[in-house]
Amino acid sequence: MRGFLLRRAATVPLTLLGVSLLVFAATELVPGDVARIILGREASQASVQALRDELGLDRPWFQRYADWLGGFLTGDWGTSYTLGVPVQDLVVSRLGQSLLLAGVAFTVLAPVAVGLGLWAGVRHDRAADRVISVGGLAFGAVPEFVTGVVLLVVFAVNLRWFPSGAQAPEGSGPLTVLWHLALPALSLVLLCTGYVARHVRAGTAVSVESAYARAAELRGLTRGQVVRRHVLRNSTVPAASALGVQLQFLLGGLVSVELLFGYPGIGALLLQSAVDKDLPVLQSAAMVLGLLYMVIVLGADVAYRLLDPRVRLGAVAS
Amino acid sequence: MSAAGVTATRVVTRPRRRFRVALGAGVALIAAWTVVAVCWPVLAPFDPEAQDPLSRFLAPGGAHLLGTDQFGRDVLSRMLAGARPVLQVAPFATALGVLLGTAIGLVAGTLGGIIDEIVMRVLDAVAIFPAIIATVLFVALAGRSVTVMVLVIAGAFTPIVARSVRAATLVEREKAYVEAARLRGGSTIREILPNIGPTVLVEATSRFGDAIFAAATLSFLGLGQPPGSPDWGASVSDNRLWLTNAPWTVLAPALAIASLVIGIALTADSLRGRRERS
Amino acid sequence: MIAVDGLSVAYQGVEIVREVSFTVAPGRTYGLVGESGSGKTTLGRALGRTGGDITAGRISVDGTDVLALSPRELRAWRASSLAVVHQEAGAALDPTMRVGAQLAGALRVQGRPRGDVADLLEKVRLPGEAARRYPHQLSGGQRQRVVIAAALAGRPRLLVLDEPTTGLDATVEHEILDLIWALRADIGAAVVLISHDLALVGRLCDDVGVLYAGRLVEEGPAARVLSAPRHPYTKALIDSAPRIGADSVPAAIPGQPPAPGEAPPGCAFAPRCAAADDRCRTVPPGLADGARCHHPGARAVVPVPALPHRRQEVTPLIEVRNLTRAYGRTRVLDDVSLSIGRNEIVGLVGESGSGKTTLARAVAGLGRRGGGVITLDGAELPVEVGRRDPATRRRVSMVFQDSDASLNPSHTVRTILARALGGPERVEELAALAALEPHLLDVRPHRLSGGQKQRVAIARAFAGRPDLIVCDEPVSALDVSVQAGVLRTLADQQALTGVSYLFISHDLAVVCQLADRVAVMSGGRIVEEGPAERILREPRHPYTIGLLRAAGHEPSQRRRHVH
Repeated sequence: MRGFLLRRAATVPLTLLGVSLLVFAATELVPGDVARIILGREASQASVQALRDELGLDRPWFQRYADWLGGFLTGDWGTSYTLGVPVQDLVVSRLGQSLLLAGVAFTVLAPVAVGLGLWAGVRHDRAADRVISVGGLAFGAVPEFVTGVVLLVVFAVNLRWFPSGAQAPEGSGPLTVLWHLALPALSLVLLCTGYVARHVRAGTAVSVESAYARAAELRGLTRGQVVRRHVLRNSTVPAASALGVQLQFLLGGLVSVELLFGYPGIGALLLQSAVDKDLPVLQSAAMVLGLLYMVIVLGADVAYRLLDPRVRLGAVAS
Repeated sequence: MSAAGVTATRVVTRPRRRFRVALGAGVALIAAWTVVAVCWPVLAPFDPEAQDPLSRFLAPGGAHLLGTDQFGRDVLSRMLAGARPVLQVAPFATALGVLLGTAIGLVAGTLGGIIDEIVMRVLDAVAIFPAIIATVLFVALAGRSVTVMVLVIAGAFTPIVARSVRAATLVEREKAYVEAARLRGGSTIREILPNIGPTVLVEATSRFGDAIFAAATLSFLGLGQPPGSPDWGASVSDNRLWLTNAPWTVLAPALAIASLVIGIALTADSLRGRRERS
Repeated sequence: MIAVDGLSVAYQGVEIVREVSFTVAPGRTYGLVGESGSGKTTLGRALGRTGGDITAGRISVDGTDVLALSPRELRAWRASSLAVVHQEAGAALDPTMRVGAQLAGALRVQGRPRGDVADLLEKVRLPGEAARRYPHQLSGGQRQRVVIAAALAGRPRLLVLDEPTTGLDATVEHEILDLIWALRADIGAAVVLISHDLALVGRLCDDVGVLYAGRLVEEGPAARVLSAPRHPYTKALIDSAPRIGADSVPAAIPGQPPAPGEAPPGCAFAPRCAAADDRCRTVPPGLADGARCHHPGARAVVPVPALPHRRQEVTPLIEVRNLTRAYGRTRVLDDVSLSIGRNEIVGLVGESGSGKTTLARAVAGLGRRGGGVITLDGAELPVEVGRRDPATRRRVSMVFQDSDASLNPSHTVRTILARALGGPERVEELAALAALEPHLLDVRPHRLSGGQKQRVAIARAFAGRPDLIVCDEPVSALDVSVQAGVLRTLADQQALTGVSYLFISHDLAVVCQLADRVAVMSGGRIVEEGPAERILREPRHPYTIGLLRAAGHEPSQRRRHVH
């Protein structure tokens, strides 16, 4: 187990390097002259050249890459081309907004999806199971912005239960903030519930029909007791790994949900900076999201190993 | 066959008939939208790009079955025409990604050793980066075009496909029939290949659904077709401003996307179930 | 007192168990014997009312009508009166809970304190510290002890043992059976032992019932059934089990048992019985005088004399010298030397983990590198089969243990054999050699029975007219009656072609029947080697003596699952 942790920890810098190269390579793909894009078509050639010098655009790519990565690691993330504000403040505050939205969604997702999966697994092949399985499959396949739009039409336009924007007015109380976040969070939850529920269901169904569950039932335990004592424990491992995978999807879904609900998060920032060719913002936002992903993948992997005694105590090769 | 075998397989599999219904419904939805994507000029009652300032925001009913949008364009016709752009991108992206991924996974899994190790580490590093963010990044920066979209989506799928094909190959490689082929000097890939077919089929179907998802999302984000052309994702994005007054302009393309991806998901799930049963 | 009366059990509409009746008195042991598909497991499950739909009959345990119990009463009855030990004990334990917690749970149902866990462990001769272990940290035998301990938490009136030692090594099995034997009197319950192993049942049980296609075909005191069987099936089953000391492969029962629900109208065994006449094929026989047969005492199998195995002067074919193989820090093979002559059958016996499979695979050219050399006709063989030249490759072939995995599921039998031959011309001839019916050539492996699959694998091994065939546990997954047929085919083809075998098995009886010379492996070393008769008559190494004792010098045949 310790060997595993060390090996995983060793991959962190490597992955970081990979992500940074990918981000940098993407920004290198921008057709045309970045300085020209920033200054606009009417700018003189001299001022474009002046900006090129200032930004160091004429140096070879590996020098610019090293400078940029060094800057990123030391906290010097540069200034936004279009907004003229320090990138770090911008990215960090947007990241906070996104984490709030993702946190709300995950807090709803985890118990609901795991609960539905357990229910479907214990009652597998009955009506409830089919509804949960097919429903989860359908919602998991539909892009979150489609679900979001339908939610908006039903709950914001027709029923008027929720506001159509996700951003609560400045100075609102926590309940108002939550009220505004309800619909975007719900569209993320619907995206991810099916996958988690189906995984938990599969693990639970196997566990319910397992020899140890049967043996427990033959010792005179009720179905409920068997589920509480044995099935629940054995469903935590698939639940943890499925939640880990879906947390990544949830973050990926931020881009279009934030755009749809007009929410100032890091996903919307990433998209806007990509469209505006605001490279410092784009690079930092992408790096931050990449790092966040890496932490989640690592965390899920470690949690999965800690939860299963067979893996933890080394019966299964890690 | 012992009774224990009967119960053990019954657990994870579900009744056969339900799968046939799901598969039938899924394939029907895919087929229907494919026909629409090809034949929409014949099927659409109006020119999807024809503007009519006099009939803006008409509610569904009458001549415009699903109403009109802010330019007076027919929503139904635009919905039918919108099937083409996604179905132009998704099949090519899927085919390319599945082809590359299968080749990489098969070779890495069959050869094993150091080559496998290197390939998988590289794929791990690539896969850790969120596909949708990478896609946004590349499409936004490299310029929007069908080719870029296909390449970027295929690139995002390659590691996913490669991993599952490799996993299936590793399982097969350890089986005695492959060793029997090695003992007589036969080609091991040739023995393995037909047995990972079902895995590749399931991957292809699942990735096809993901490709529609990705293509629709990209056009919703404004990274797809040029503005104004009939496109589901872009229509949802353009019309969301009029959500309150003309929800049909948003709902029609949204439900079109939903029905296509759900059809693919049902198909993929049925195929996956069939593979697990056999 | 348990009384089963006219019990029929169906699975998904197919009747698996039909009109079974028997009684077991407290303190007595009743053995239910049958091959795969005979319905014995379904019957065992029905006794605890799990799985299957009981369509007719009664089960009463100490006067309680088990089938009439409400769900609540059933739970109470299970807690107070029933204990079950299933095969594959590992699966009957929750992998996420420590052993102590699981035993405590079993005690709690009985209203006993947690502190009694130590008592339970002591009863099954496990150290107290086993309580702190997770199931995967225990050996197969230890896990089985834990399951038995859980069964002892209450005072069961009915103890069902469903293949309690299947999958365990012979010496471990011996210990577990000893334990059960010792505890039997202590429990005072009526015991039902379900097994495919007639010898084991004969040793442990007072009475025996033989199941065939869901019916009891013979019943009676164990001593009588084993020594003087009345039903032709029982007789053939006893005869087909290899026994230590027999000098030829036993006669096999032709054909195979009917699939569940497809039994013929008359006697279900008639299609495989040489004594069957028209009445047998149309009128189902009743149970009379302990046997369900129109011709009690008849012979089902006409013995065919085995082809004589001509042992000529042995010239060496394969020499293994100082072979060493390791997985990580574990030495699997430790300085092993062995020679195999032309026209010679060398048997290799050992328990799981002894290194016998690693040795076999090394000879075939599969597996990893390590020290030592293998020579073929004096020339050194490359370790990897990929580096051996085609002519050499042809000379050594292999039959694998897991017949399911050894045939490509995507191909028909014809394609599989044609690929081995390098062309489609001699496929029929090759199939005939392994006694494979021609109509099976155009089906895919999943349609074949275990015995048929293994025959395809044998045919394939003979395709290149090899000098040596490495047989890695080729019959251990097969039922006794099928196993005998496959062994006979192997023996006959050896006699015809003069090929050499390296024959690996965990089963001393099987090996000794077939082999000229036997090597016994333990802990990665060959601990004893010599002519088969000598090993049996005067084993020298304590390990060999232990193996012989565990086998009881009696017909001992166990189906082994692949782990």
